[in-house]
Amino acid sequence: MNTVVVPNLPAPSLDADKLARLTWELESLTAAQLYWIAAWSAAQAEQVQRGGVATPAPAGQPASRLTIVYGSQTGNAKRIAEQLASRGEAAGLPVRLLRADAYPQRELAQERHLLLVISTQGDGEPPDDARGLFEFISGKRAPKLPALQFAVLGLGDSSYPQFCTIGRQLDARLAELGGSRLASFGEADVEIEAVAAPWVEQALEQARERLRQAGAPARATPLHVVPSRSAWSREQPFAATVLANQRIVARDSARDVRHVELSLEGSGLHYQPGDALGVWPHNPSALVEQWLEALQLDGAQPVTHQQRALPLRQWLGREREITRLHRGFISALATAGGHDELARLLQPEQSAQFAAVLADEQPIDLLRRYPATWQPETLLATLRPLAPRLYSIASSTKAVGEEVHLTVAVVDYQAHGSTHWGAASSLLAATDEDSKLPVFIESNERFRLPADGSRDIIMIGPGTGVAPFRAFLQERRESGATGRNWLFFGNRHFASDFLYQVEWQQALQDGSLHRLDLAFSRDAEHKTYVQDRLHEHGAELHAWLKNGAHLYVCGDAKHMARDVHAALVDVIVAHGNQSPDEANAWLGELLQQGRYARDVY
Amino acid sequence: MFIDMSTKPSHLEHIKSASRHLRGTIAEGLADPVTGAIGDDDNKLLKFHGSYQQDDRDLREERRKQKLEPAYAFMLRARLPSGVVTPAQWLVFDRIAREHASGTLRITTRQTFQWHGIIKRKLKPTIAAIHEALATTIAACGDVVRNVVSTANPVESAAHAEAYAWATRLSTELAPKTRAYHEIWLDGEKLHGDPVEESEPLYGATYLPRKFKIGLAIPPLNDIDVFAQDLGLIAIVEQGTLRGFNLAVGGGMGATHGDASTYPRLASVIGFATPEQLFGVAEAVIGIQRDWGDRTERQHARLKYTLDRRGLDAFKAELEARLGYALAAPRAYRFEHNGDRYGWVEGHDGRWHLTLHIESGRLADVGERRWLSGLRELAKAHTGDFRLTCNQNVIVANVATDERGRIDAIVREHGLDGYRKQSAIRRHAIACVALPTCGLAMAESERYLPALLPKLEALLDRHGLADAPILLRLSGCPNGCSRPYLGEIALVGRGPGRYDLRLGADFSGQRLNQVWRENVDEAAILAALDPLFARYAAERADGEGFGDFLLRGGILVPLPSRRIPSELVA
Repeated sequence: MNTVVVPNLPAPSLDADKLARLTWELESLTAAQLYWIAAWSAAQAEQVQRGGVATPAPAGQPASRLTIVYGSQTGNAKRIAEQLASRGEAAGLPVRLLRADAYPQRELAQERHLLLVISTQGDGEPPDDARGLFEFISGKRAPKLPALQFAVLGLGDSSYPQFCTIGRQLDARLAELGGSRLASFGEADVEIEAVAAPWVEQALEQARERLRQAGAPARATPLHVVPSRSAWSREQPFAATVLANQRIVARDSARDVRHVELSLEGSGLHYQPGDALGVWPHNPSALVEQWLEALQLDGAQPVTHQQRALPLRQWLGREREITRLHRGFISALATAGGHDELARLLQPEQSAQFAAVLADEQPIDLLRRYPATWQPETLLATLRPLAPRLYSIASSTKAVGEEVHLTVAVVDYQAHGSTHWGAASSLLAATDEDSKLPVFIESNERFRLPADGSRDIIMIGPGTGVAPFRAFLQERRESGATGRNWLFFGNRHFASDFLYQVEWQQALQDGSLHRLDLAFSRDAEHKTYVQDRLHEHGAELHAWLKNGAHLYVCGDAKHMARDVHAALVDVIVAHGNQSPDEANAWLGELLQQGRYARDVY
Repeated sequence: MFIDMSTKPSHLEHIKSASRHLRGTIAEGLADPVTGAIGDDDNKLLKFHGSYQQDDRDLREERRKQKLEPAYAFMLRARLPSGVVTPAQWLVFDRIAREHASGTLRITTRQTFQWHGIIKRKLKPTIAAIHEALATTIAACGDVVRNVVSTANPVESAAHAEAYAWATRLSTELAPKTRAYHEIWLDGEKLHGDPVEESEPLYGATYLPRKFKIGLAIPPLNDIDVFAQDLGLIAIVEQGTLRGFNLAVGGGMGATHGDASTYPRLASVIGFATPEQLFGVAEAVIGIQRDWGDRTERQHARLKYTLDRRGLDAFKAELEARLGYALAAPRAYRFEHNGDRYGWVEGHDGRWHLTLHIESGRLADVGERRWLSGLRELAKAHTGDFRLTCNQNVIVANVATDERGRIDAIVREHGLDGYRKQSAIRRHAIACVALPTCGLAMAESERYLPALLPKLEALLDRHGLADAPILLRLSGCPNGCSRPYLGEIALVGRGPGRYDLRLGADFSGQRLNQVWRENVDEAAILAALDPLFARYAAERADGEGFGDFLLRGGILVPLPSRRIPSELVA
């Protein structure tokens, strides 16, 4: 028989009163009941630590605790929030860390100290896990918050026009509801740390001060432990050997899509279907040379930036983002070259033109069109650090062992009179087998197969959005899941762009894929897309959902995910006898429950 | 009911038998969006509808690596009795080629059109368009009577026109009667009840053991190679009147490398039928092959093997028993050649016919050779009709004298006037399609011809033989679509870049050739031909063909068998 040791520690944040009541409640119970409660409590604790939906975290009274909430799509906001929590705990603050969809909205009115870290997706959308909270705070039902002290850190990418707009809106709204700021709104670009680090510093400093005034006990024991990670991480990527790099569209396809297989052997890295692989890219050398020519600068010249001296060619090739345009660069270019036309582009009344430029042009196009004399140091300060590219993983370790597979669309096109490249995808396209790529795992808890293998799943993944569903299918086949699998796939042409065609055919044959519906947009006079197929098969789709199926969408955020969502609403309205509002609300619930999950970009 | 069940029928017999008169699950396969192919069994049935599923073999390995299925597409073959095409039909066929297929029209060695590269979802609209043009693809392939061919340009005399009418009647009336074609391709009303009850009086539920080819030749032209047909009809015209037909049975080209039980065979002339008797004779011959043919081994299922197994006498006795009368003795006839007569020819009624040379029968626009466009323009301008030939050429037929200049101008403008200046061997060359679309090909054929011809021309020129008409036939495999066993020089594909070099057929399709070099490459082929050309140039008699010379000169020894009886060659 196991010996049970009673913890000889002070019960964390349990005041004497609560402890007394607990003891009184437990006194009359049998051993079996007590064991059950112990197991149940442990499970609850697990849920809380994972940011689950179970119960509010027991981190003391609102006045004496710091609540950190994050809304994260790709994991960046989560990572910053975790840093924030562990720093706060290290400083002895009573912290509770919650994912936005685990935050009990009714507690907002009592909240005193709130730090919010939230990203902005695509065209100004909140991350899926924060939709509910964002709507609640933005909406009419939001309570007045005169006692709230808060700070918001927004994450975004200034190469999109609606940069950080969700964070900014929440910051303004919380103030409008009566809250006062612990720190001014932080606006972090892809170079997250540059903004996040000082913001975290300031927000924590202010929070500690307010909590001290509120009489919160200082504490030495951390409440929240950040889970330990593999030795390899975003900052310390693993050098993965390329095992295969195979084009998987036909020779006459307008696009290049690669199936890339990497070895994780010996790395200790693990991933789940739904996770992403981060790849640190470098820029195509031809593009670097084009930059040097346009800038009229010497690539061999050493340039010092942030206490590091490197040749300019290396700064551009390995350290800085030169394939994506952002606001700061345009602004600096306007100043450096005295281009009023460019400066005007940044004014609010030209937002449409600005969005068009961001969508259509790369920095090299503007460098050529708007000559300027650049100081190398100014240039480097303007450019953002090269950020890792995230790819939804297209394999399950159950099927491929210590490998990871990716489906990569190569960005490589002719525009404005020259070839344009994307950083990581062209790197992958040019990477020979046996060379190495710096990679890390970016987990995505919001995009998981149902724990119950008997649940049906519906996967909607046009284009390279099909990648995680290859992983899902491998996982479900290998684990003997009994639920049915239904895939919707679309692309331009059947003959050339049917990604993994032979694998899906085999899966249909061996029974691991139950339905496959296809939409090839350029094969017929009338373009058809996956959302059209959703409409066509609405009755069955609705029946699957009613029956508890999990629904997944992966791919383009800008058009596809929105159109698919609208189609789902239509399907529920048409076949579920519901109003559009009810349908939307139901989908919202499914999102909250993780039964409708999206991995869109 | 016709199958001898004492031996085990081949898989294909089961497929036919279970197909409910050629329906199978073709319609379901067409609707499957996940693949560009249809099921294996349905593929066998699809042939009866005039189509073969193929894939671009050039892309096979590349697409396998790309995790894509092969680039499936369908070959579609029309059934055009005697190769007659109206200008209106031509324009439809041309549009199909450009909009639904690979952008080319292919004239086959059996006087009809083939389209390649039609993807699955275009197959049905394409067949519908052909139907609207008052043509069909039914039974263009499969174990049935195929497109009936006849000597091209049967409008030179009234008797020719009559012979052509017989060929057309045979082609039309011997086609299968199943409604499956209408149901699947033309949205025809589905037959109620059990389609097995459908009447297929000639063929029955399992059709024939193998394909069945009928051809009608009008001497002295043997352009259709009448002795390569299962049932060859040699028109006997006396004093401008069609008297009837000599019957030649059991011809066929196909063979398998390394299998001595398979062989090309020339048809045996067994008698004569009057026009009134013709249809009954054809049905009886087909009926015997239906009942006697080998249904266990497709390699041995053609009529030629049935004849050799049962004996010609037994076959003839059965035929006469079924007819209820004895066949008359064959009449004298004489063939001069089996090529086409290029250029303008005047018909009996004073109208003109222009034969154009189309290399490998491939109508395409390539550089200066804008042949597809040229024929399209001719179809717009022309009021007569077109005739396709078994030598893969086209005749602009029924042209009034004063229209000739206009026709000639279009021909010149589109580079179709090659027949005027090409070397003789070029004008007498036939090549099958082979790679990349044909699934049977072992070596290149049509794509190799343009590379091979200049080398042969140079070799012949060196020996002063530039004007010598020599029948050249290229085949990518031993199955014989280009009738290679009747070539004076023939290359039969063995593997990539390698061929059997066969020599010694005559110039009129009445003697088979024989292997001269086995499994050799181009250098060896040219090296083997060089000394033979030298001797031919030095020793040939006046008007003596290359093949005839090789036998007379003792370079080749005559084959002992499967030759048509020489005494009938008047």
